[in-house]
Amino acid sequence: MTKIGLEIHCQLTNLESKLFCTCRANYRGYEPNTNVCPICMGLPGTLPLLNQKAVEKATTIAMALNCKTPEKLAFFRKNYFYPDLPKNFQITQLNVYGPTSIGLEGKVLVDEKEIRILRIQLEEDPGRLIYEGSSEKTQITLVDYNRAGTPLVEIVTEPDFENPKQVRLFLNMLSDLLENLSVSDPELEGAIRADVNVSIQGGKRVEIKNIGSFHDLEKAIHFEITRQESLAARNIQIIQETRHWDEQRKITISARRKEEELEYRYFLEGDIPWILIDSQTLDRLKNDMPESIISKKERYISKYKIPSQVAEVLSSDKFYSDMFEQVRDETNVKDVANIITTDLMGLVDTKEKRENSKLTPQHLVELVNAIKSNKITRTAAKIALKEIVKSGKTLSDVISELDLVHVSDASELTRIIDQVLSEEIIAVEQAKTNPDTINYLIGKVMQKTKGNADPKLTLSIIQKKIQT
Amino acid sequence: MNLAISGLKYIEEIKNGNYTIEEFVSKTLEQIQKLDGKLHAFLSLNDKAIDQAKKLDKKIQKNEKIGACFGMPISIKDNICVKGTKTTCASKMLEDFVAPYEATVISKLKSEDAIIIGKTNMDEFAMGLTTEFSAFGPSRNPWNHDYVPGGSSGGSAVAVRALECVASLGSDTGGSVRNPASFCSVVGYKPTYGLVSRYGLISYANSIEQIGPLTRTVEDLAFILNIISGIDDKDNTTVDNKNEDYLSEIDAGVEGKKIGIIKEMIGDGADKEVVSATNNAVKKFENLGAKCEEISLDMVDYSVAAYYTISATEAGSNLARYDNLRYGFDFPLEGFEFNSYISKARKNFGPEVTRRLIVGGFVPSAGFAGKYFLKALKVKSKLTAEVNEAFKKVDLLLAPTVPICPFKLGEKIDDPIALFLIDFNTVTANLTGKPAISIPFELSDGLPIGIQLLAKSMHDKALLQAAYALQNTVHLPEIQL
Repeated sequence: MTKIGLEIHCQLTNLESKLFCTCRANYRGYEPNTNVCPICMGLPGTLPLLNQKAVEKATTIAMALNCKTPEKLAFFRKNYFYPDLPKNFQITQLNVYGPTSIGLEGKVLVDEKEIRILRIQLEEDPGRLIYEGSSEKTQITLVDYNRAGTPLVEIVTEPDFENPKQVRLFLNMLSDLLENLSVSDPELEGAIRADVNVSIQGGKRVEIKNIGSFHDLEKAIHFEITRQESLAARNIQIIQETRHWDEQRKITISARRKEEELEYRYFLEGDIPWILIDSQTLDRLKNDMPESIISKKERYISKYKIPSQVAEVLSSDKFYSDMFEQVRDETNVKDVANIITTDLMGLVDTKEKRENSKLTPQHLVELVNAIKSNKITRTAAKIALKEIVKSGKTLSDVISELDLVHVSDASELTRIIDQVLSEEIIAVEQAKTNPDTINYLIGKVMQKTKGNADPKLTLSIIQKKIQT
Repeated sequence: MNLAISGLKYIEEIKNGNYTIEEFVSKTLEQIQKLDGKLHAFLSLNDKAIDQAKKLDKKIQKNEKIGACFGMPISIKDNICVKGTKTTCASKMLEDFVAPYEATVISKLKSEDAIIIGKTNMDEFAMGLTTEFSAFGPSRNPWNHDYVPGGSSGGSAVAVRALECVASLGSDTGGSVRNPASFCSVVGYKPTYGLVSRYGLISYANSIEQIGPLTRTVEDLAFILNIISGIDDKDNTTVDNKNEDYLSEIDAGVEGKKIGIIKEMIGDGADKEVVSATNNAVKKFENLGAKCEEISLDMVDYSVAAYYTISATEAGSNLARYDNLRYGFDFPLEGFEFNSYISKARKNFGPEVTRRLIVGGFVPSAGFAGKYFLKALKVKSKLTAEVNEAFKKVDLLLAPTVPICPFKLGEKIDDPIALFLIDFNTVTANLTGKPAISIPFELSDGLPIGIQLLAKSMHDKALLQAAYALQNTVHLPEIQL
């Protein structure tokens, strides 16, 4: 049986400051080595000052993944030399001397399969290495310490995944969950990274590092399963090793042995006293936790009678569910859900589009009311929505500017239909024997009214006219 | 003008207008000029000291508000960061490191208008007991220049004794303040762990070390401690002392106090002169109305081994950052792969640091941690329990600061184990987090012997009161400088 486990690193990008100093946690967009201070540069004599908020946010993640949260937390030093590590040790957590990490022994259901969480720990992200130069000989390594010290939550799962699909569903779930908890923005480059370990029946565990995206992660798992299976088929032993994902060639390659013989000399970080998480703090964090995605979905289905699929889409994305919650009332839930899931989603499907969107909840309320009162058609609503997202104008302005008023007045409509019928004599004849042609005539009416004609009314008028 | 006065006396003289700050600071600089070629207490001097003194004198003339130190010239061990000045740790590794920020203790002293007169010599990265492991040459004992001044804060003790400053700040990881204080006959203090901020102290073994003052009197020490102690938001390990005033009631005496004499610390390894001095100190305390009894701490026999295991482990981690990538010394970069570059750069550590880094890489490593590092932690916690138990019976613990008399330069430098044992009486305070003080007590063959007292955590005030009482029974001959 194939066993797959994950090691996910998630930056707490929504925090103000780094894990041990006051530099910005979201380091993106700054000149290299400007988001630094003596502490995150590891200058002699500096001491780490724990960001309590990071501990709380990480604890929230642990609670959301149904982990146990120890009362006393400790930090440890992981000692190794690497140029991206200013102190040449990383401050991280460990459960070797008793449960002292942010969380442990959690579980979540993914696609009916229970995935166990081994542990969740809080640690500092290292700096970034940038390789420049064309060939090996001319290559230089640059270090940008802007990222050094960013709060990083490591989530380690048991090897409970059986196939890449489960991994994908889990990661989607996780990234929705992190966004829903407002701890991290999964869309930011490098905010969530994952290492994976894969083993097949009878084979040793192989770790794959350096995977750049979730998309590649799935490919890497596929590749690794195939590689291991083909070795097994030829009776070649699968050795325990660390392999790197080669982004260009889309294959895994064996990492040098040297990197495996690591000796971390873990010991307690004496500069950070033990942290007590008392039951009061836990209660407060629990109370402050936003409603979970699952609970939202269930509420949408049971309370608002929204179809399960629509509820799923709506609840899993914080942007849409927040919008939904702000706009809905007893009378309009289904319409709001509909307009968000069928029309809005296509318009603001990227982070950039969302940020640029001028749409306010008030817009949406007006839009839904206009549809319900037959002021505009669904088709017109869609056009109006697009314009509002772009310009932020009021609905009434948009309706008049784009001439979107619903033509539901029978006499006005009859006038337009008469005009169409007089222009389309052949089609009218055909329609008498072939009812499908009526759709053609309706289309012509819609054309003339820019889609603002009431479709039902149009149909009944045309039918009457043709029959007489 | 007499340089041989206490800090409190200095403040009085300045307040009374008997001389100016500038006069005293110039005289102090002259003293350094005169003596330091031989003693080598300083690694660098503050070339703005006279200007700073003049500014403060003007403040006094204009009746402006002035800080409690009144321009008192204070020296600082070269492992404590003073913004804009070199902080070398007496190492080639940090030869050119200029601290871009101020240690909390320095900010506090400066805000009370102390003048930082210079940075003092030390064993490289505070590892050593003689100041012979300074990369820039040893300091010498002012009582006899052939003898070591103790260490690692040797330069600080020498400077205070030789009147090259009024007071000094050192750091004490296993006795590094108390040991040179004893060898040079000054008062040296290791506060309760967490009482003084370590922000800006370059770490050697961060879980056990503290910054501590060296002064000529216990009152001066209390005065400095008043300034530098207290909770600091830049050091998460500091504790709130509620602005305790260590100077008030310093003359409370020891009447009725119970003092335990630590048997193991005057055992076979101790010089007879040191044992005899200890017995004299006990008599004096009894004359002052204290009750003394011998007390046994079994774990003390393992304390040095535990200390070196723990301190080497932490040093191995704390000193890993000296890879010469972001700061350090001039060293060609070409032609090295990262790891070989580091190992080449690290060859600039001196012999004692190298020794401890090798130990520090080994004792906590997988497969050996159980045998060494974790056992050392066990000794630490058992020793702490034992000492806490002892403090249920007695108020203070007493022992000689160093089990042997000062020795000559070069005498023990090739015998690291013999040097380690000199720490026998001091490491207990570090491993247990307790406050400890060394008080000048006797001279033997013209060389000082100090007596050490320990108290419960956060009982620093009671400790200083007892030290004051003992100090007032001591009258040492003047030093010939």
